[in-house]
Amino acid sequence: MHEHDVIVVGAGGAGLRAAIAAQEAGADVAIVSKLHPVRSHTGAAEGGINAALRDADSWEDHAYDTMKGSDYLGDAPAVEALCQESPEEVIQLEHWGMPFSREEDGRVSQRPFGGLSFPRTTYAGAETGHQMLHTMYEQVVKRGITVYDEWHVMELAVTDEEDPADRTCHGVVAYDIQSGEISGFRADNGVILATGGMGQVFDHTTNAVANTGDGVAMAYRAGVPMEDMEFIQFHPTTLPSTGVLISEGVRGEGGILYNEDGERFMFEHGYANNDGELASRDVVSRAELTEVNEGRGIEDEYVHLDMRHLGEERILDRLENILHLAEDFEGADGLTEPMPVKPGQHYAMGGIETNEFGETAIGGLYAAGECACASVHGANRLGGNALPELIVFGKRAGRHAAGEEMGEAEVTTGKEGDWEPADYEFEVEVGETGGQGPAAADGGAVATDPDGVLEAEVERAKARVEELLSREGRNHAEIRSKVQETMTANVNVFREEGRLEETLGDLREAREAYKDVAVSDPSRTFNTDLIHTMETRNILDIAEALTMGALAREEFRGAHWRKEHQERKDENWLKHTLVSWNDGEPELWYKPTILEGENKTYEPKNRSY
Amino acid sequence: MSTQTPTQTEESSETDAEADAPSKGDERRDEKRRRAAEERARRQAEEAEKAAADEETVELKVFRYDPEVEGKQEPRFDTFHVPFTKGMTVLDALMYSRDTYDSSLTFRHSCRQAVCGSDAMFVNGGQKLACKTQISELEEPIRVEPLPHAEVRKDLVVDMEHFYDQMEAVEPYFQTNEYPDGELEEQRQTRENREKIKMSTRCIWCSACMSSCNIAAGDNEYLGPAAINKAYRFAMDEREGEDIKQKRLEIIEQEHGVWRCQTQFSCTEVCPKDIPLTEHIQELKREAVKNNLKFW
Ligand SMILES: Cc1cc2nc3c(=O)[nH]c(=O)nc-3n(C[C@H](O)[C@H](O)[C@H](O)COP(=O)(O)OP(=O)(O)OC[C@H]3O[C@@H](n4cnc5c(N)ncnc54)[C@H](O)[C@@H]3O)c2cc1C
Ligand code: SF4
Ligand code: FES
Repeated sequence: MHEHDVIVVGAGGAGLRAAIAAQEAGADVAIVSKLHPVRSHTGAAEGGINAALRDADSWEDHAYDTMKGSDYLGDAPAVEALCQESPEEVIQLEHWGMPFSREEDGRVSQRPFGGLSFPRTTYAGAETGHQMLHTMYEQVVKRGITVYDEWHVMELAVTDEEDPADRTCHGVVAYDIQSGEISGFRADNGVILATGGMGQVFDHTTNAVANTGDGVAMAYRAGVPMEDMEFIQFHPTTLPSTGVLISEGVRGEGGILYNEDGERFMFEHGYANNDGELASRDVVSRAELTEVNEGRGIEDEYVHLDMRHLGEERILDRLENILHLAEDFEGADGLTEPMPVKPGQHYAMGGIETNEFGETAIGGLYAAGECACASVHGANRLGGNALPELIVFGKRAGRHAAGEEMGEAEVTTGKEGDWEPADYEFEVEVGETGGQGPAAADGGAVATDPDGVLEAEVERAKARVEELLSREGRNHAEIRSKVQETMTANVNVFREEGRLEETLGDLREAREAYKDVAVSDPSRTFNTDLIHTMETRNILDIAEALTMGALAREEFRGAHWRKEHQERKDENWLKHTLVSWNDGEPELWYKPTILEGENKTYEPKNRSY
Repeated sequence: MSTQTPTQTEESSETDAEADAPSKGDERRDEKRRRAAEERARRQAEEAEKAAADEETVELKVFRYDPEVEGKQEPRFDTFHVPFTKGMTVLDALMYSRDTYDSSLTFRHSCRQAVCGSDAMFVNGGQKLACKTQISELEEPIRVEPLPHAEVRKDLVVDMEHFYDQMEAVEPYFQTNEYPDGELEEQRQTRENREKIKMSTRCIWCSACMSSCNIAAGDNEYLGPAAINKAYRFAMDEREGEDIKQKRLEIIEQEHGVWRCQTQFSCTEVCPKDIPLTEHIQELKREAVKNNLKFW
């Protein structure tokens, strides 16, 4: 068994920042990550980091933009924390040597981004995430912070009191991918989940293969609610065969979208008569899918993004990296042919419910980064607002977990404040089907002392692995791809009641099938078959909660579009969706959005640009 | 064979299950191993049939090895036939093979877009990122092997520890003795200087360069192109200041540092991020000479 004051799960931007902060606050901290830190998907971010750095800008304006962008589902205390602290965090990165792009006067460059009233997106070329990830890992090396890399965290070690609010997290159980060893990691002060996105719930995503939402699912099974899971951002221009992102910059420079008949459909089919290709992400994504669904897609799958008319010179000058991406990942030459694109899952606005310090409803358990929901993005994330979230909330969670006094939180967790039960009746049964192995806090051993809880969880994990390795059964890959297919077909940018219900049925079948899952690779060395099998369980839990939220939310807000409900309904829906695992019987409930900020209240306005 | 034969390490399994007499679980696992081998043989036969029927497939010959699985302890090549689709990369073909034919086929990968640096491997005799290599540009059958000059853990997975150690040996973090006074004040850096270090900051730690380097193969302590490039990234960054640059030059001038490089350009050729590694090493040599002259 390993023991530290603070255990950080995940080594992307959020995890690294949390670890540095916890160490600075005096804690003995260790990072446990299934990937080596520099392999984390933060490295894929291109655009930049929003921060009100300049005199002509203000955190108040950034907060206003963010609340509006969130379609008034962000919680003001969290949004304001993000906008107030992002500037100092960005300067901190610069002081750690991050190679930002520069202005003539030597100061860091900023550029305009969608939905922002000031060009405050601070960037390092088209590789901001890569530079940020590496800069922070350098600081982790400098400080000698312990990193257990290629250790896959399987479950949390949480006590099992009846009410999740009474439970405490004492550590995690992890599987060493190199050797097959299973070990407990005891955290005396706190565990911080920073496991990133969950794009693998869908079959077409800009996310990495490792983004399987593990932290969200583990926290959920331990008793922490998932918040606002139905809000998923789909990006309109991703390459069909891999999901690699083609930046909005191409359309910004004048790139045009065509269907199979060579029509400029954004105009010719009236999707956005004013803004055309530059309409917001959700509008363009829906337009593309409509074209495909109505038979005007190319190979029934995608549309064309053409930039040839911009001319070689301009393309090479401003969009050179796009040429490389199209060539390397799609075999398409953007100078001589249009590039195939289609919408792809891009970002999860929802996640593990936390307050503005990263605390969850379970004592000693924190979350930060894309896996968490504080909530700063509400129903729709603005481009450039995820990277600052990693550093602001990573740092806050790290300090808090290390024991720093940070005052009272305004955002509530669990059922501690106002809440109301949902009265939605699902036609399909949801939750545990039995036989998937008991999850943490599912009424297993009644141990409450930290070591006892951890040991019990280690034993359970060992038994689980042993079972998966020794029994016969079906491979997880077909189950995973069925889930991904149904989610992509039905819980996409278009959502309608019947198909959402159908999806719950498909997920039920997938859960049943998962009961018979087995790992055919018997090896203890680098058994990725086993790792992927465990991840698939997490994908299942998340897909289900996400679909439940999508069904129950009968309105159109931000990224969540419903065929039968084409309006934002503020009278009923200025509230967060929460799904609690409830020991295998998922429960849906709501809590109000907090629109009251430090000095003002954000009155819901129309989200038009 | 270009791939080093994996060194057979002692059976030093850390899991207690293996230490004593075989448990029930072990027996079951052994039984499973036998069945898995049969199953593999059956699927491969099926595959070959399919390949004969369908012309649009590509043939992959993939290196296989597992230190603890019967039948895989001796390195071998398995053949996979994968239906070709436009835009298919080597990584796509490997994933298809794994998910369709043999779930034990093992390789590192994550981002699928050449930023995580997980999937450098030896493809048709050259170091490549599998996700960034189009199948249509390769001669068939496509031979996929683990990176040469690294210890093979299993199939296409090699031990990266040595590479990480070298990267971390050059004090790979920003250092300076003075920061601007004002609150929220950034350090200034000229556009020219940022441009100068730009390529060097693009390294994704894939280790393709190290694997391609003859010198590194012969001298295990040689820092290698990627670590020297990391040192370059900081030494050339004007924000660090002269005294720190001094220290950096001393680090890369050590016995196993820049002077080992014989400018063969192999690293520069394989780097998937197009970093001019050899040039950077040469420039550091010149800096070091200049610097030493100062003290004479
Ligand atoms: C292509 C792309 C472009 C983007 N561009 C921008 C942009 O320009 N601006 C912006 O603000 N945002 C952008 N985003 C969003 C932003 O990059 C992500 O939301 C953010 O990087 C997520 O960081 P993270 O630290 O939460 O997670 P990640 O960086 O994904 O890290 C997750 C970590 O958790 C670990 N982990 C996961 N599961 C386990 C487990 N079971 N056990 C142990 N470890 C585990 C992984 O190993 C990894 O280290 C972009 C996203 C994508 C995909
Ligand atoms: S220098 Fe290039 S080849 Fe070497 S590790 Fe970095 S990216 Fe890979
Ligand atoms: S999968 Fe990340 S570099 Fe190839």
